Amino acid sequence: MNVEIRPEKTAAEIGFADLFAAARQSLPGGQSTEVLRRDAFDLFVGQGLPNSRVEAWKYTDLRRLVRDAKPLAPRPDPVARTAARDAGAVFAGLDVRRLLIVDGAFVPELSDLSGLESGVTIRATAEALAADEMVFPLDMAGTDPVASLNIAFAADGVAITVAPNVVVERPIHLVFVTTGGVPAAMFTRSRLELGSGAALTLVETHEGPDQSDYQVNAALQVEVGDKGRLDHVKITGEGAAALHIATLEASIGAGADYREFGFTTGGAVVRNQLFLRLAGEGTIAAVHQASLLAGRQHADTTLVVDHVAAGSQSREVFKAVVDDEARAVFQGRITVQPGAQQTDARMMARALLLSDEAVANCKPELEIFADDVQCGHGTTTGALDDQLKFYLMARGIPEKEAEALLIQAFVGEMIDAVARDDLRDALSRTMLAWLKGRK
Amino acid sequence: MTALLDIRGLKAEIDGRQILNGLDLTVNKGEVHAIMGPNGAGKSTLSYVLSGKPGYEIIGGEVFFNGEDLLALDPDERAAKGLFLAFQYPLEIPGVATMTFLRTALNAQRKKRGEEELSSPDVLKRVRELAKQLGIDPEMLKRPLNVGFSGGEKKRNETLQMALLEPKLCVLDETDSGLDIDALRIVADGVNRLRAADRGMIVITHYQRLLDYIVPDVVHVLSAGRIVKTGGKELALELEATGYAQYQNEAA
Repeated sequence: MNVEIRPEKTAAEIGFADLFAAARQSLPGGQSTEVLRRDAFDLFVGQGLPNSRVEAWKYTDLRRLVRDAKPLAPRPDPVARTAARDAGAVFAGLDVRRLLIVDGAFVPELSDLSGLESGVTIRATAEALAADEMVFPLDMAGTDPVASLNIAFAADGVAITVAPNVVVERPIHLVFVTTGGVPAAMFTRSRLELGSGAALTLVETHEGPDQSDYQVNAALQVEVGDKGRLDHVKITGEGAAALHIATLEASIGAGADYREFGFTTGGAVVRNQLFLRLAGEGTIAAVHQASLLAGRQHADTTLVVDHVAAGSQSREVFKAVVDDEARAVFQGRITVQPGAQQTDARMMARALLLSDEAVANCKPELEIFADDVQCGHGTTTGALDDQLKFYLMARGIPEKEAEALLIQAFVGEMIDAVARDDLRDALSRTMLAWLKGRK
Repeated sequence: MTALLDIRGLKAEIDGRQILNGLDLTVNKGEVHAIMGPNGAGKSTLSYVLSGKPGYEIIGGEVFFNGEDLLALDPDERAAKGLFLAFQYPLEIPGVATMTFLRTALNAQRKKRGEEELSSPDVLKRVRELAKQLGIDPEMLKRPLNVGFSGGEKKRNETLQMALLEPKLCVLDETDSGLDIDALRIVADGVNRLRAADRGMIVITHYQRLLDYIVPDVVHVLSAGRIVKTGGKELALELEATGYAQYQNEAA
């Protein structure tokens, strides 16, 4: 006899079920979308919130970390809109097209939709869902429970298309901002389709108030056409008590060039999961992720890179600076499919621990089914080098400043991977602000 | 007159092993002192203890720098007060541009002394002039500190830092190690330009060779953690001829 032991439902799981029962009628979408939502929610219910026994969630036990389900955020009222006006300040002063997503809802009135480049379309996810035009089941994330939860509840976001061979010079900045004092849940779903030979820089920032333990579940699906080029920069700078879960699924065509840069400084619990498929021959992908963590922050970056076709190249570099009692998690898996000969893939994870209580968990994996490949991975974890610190101090640089210089050097290498100067400068300023805030 | 540096009965240990055994040394402004001695005599330990390197425990004695208790200060405070150690093995710091490092160090010292910080262009101008004197390629200033520098380039870079920071007391730890004769001459010229009536120097070396270029006023022999003999510059030549054996016996 098979006895399946099912853990009792947590308050949060019960909360999500109640939420779904109450909200499903009012969530945007036609019939196909509704079916998709129901299936996705069933998928979630079947698994529940992932705990540490689930390998993909080994170090981030959501059963423990998510205590309750927050009510779905209401559409932003005038007060919320006013509060959101100056969000995304990290990239203030840069010539970017700002698109504001306030409390999970795309707000065209606060967004810059003027002079749209020919071949570019931008619309609200809610609109696409209502027309059943954004019915894409989970692809690479498979049966992942939080990604399923996102499909079940996704209310809005931004859907962008860029026609083939259109090179968009001006970056698009998705400004995700949470306002208001009542803790709520925001489920956003965004999508980018980049035609073959098209190029775009997509910047994403996430922020919110420090006092509220709001929950963000953001999904982004990306398709990069053959020979396309996408530079994606994401800053997770949520409020101090926030839960932020983000799922990125990117399918990258033949000969395309994909540059991913992630920067995590905010949020109490953060999970950035990235699923990349290098779908064609000669595809290049570079993923750089940096986390700057303090207090009791917990930030998990989980990355799956799937090499499907021959001759593709990927580079994954993860760096974490962990202070106080914070924890950084990096899980990286490179899969090389049987046909993906001449794959060149390298993964590196490095953690810098600034206190005795700081923790880094690194778990790199290689799954190789082809026989003519070059793959490698490495991890290092350590403290600041005392010899280097002494050298700097012996030149008159105070201890904290010496540490800051060394941390800056450690993280700076990651920022250097960003192609655009203006973005690099803004990211450096973010890093310096974090260093300045260190006690 | 207060001595620039006054070391009295200094005893220090590292990892439970005593290295300095009651060292006395007085350096006045304008003087250049050479400290010579066999390997393991405590030469580098003295330089590290003076600059405040963590890991060394002071178990006896006192050190006064311009009359002030030096041992009570952190390394960065000692630097701001005018103590400079030219490292035997300058460290490589990837990711920190040489110029950024120089500017940060100079302004940190100025700030601590209550002086106005200098603007980036002003610092750059000063560094460029000094680099030229030392035959340092300006391109090198953009590179990460000491990364990929040759032994000679690293020592020239140390000399550049010293010239920029204008310390009151320069401690040169085996500055000649790893240098060919041309590099040695350039570095020594740089050091000699810094000789001044209000500045003291301690030149630590195993070999007499360096002292042909940086001619000391006083030569000390350090053995088993104490100064065992003091003389004029001719003492260095004498040591070159006789070696350190007699002093090692004496100390034992």
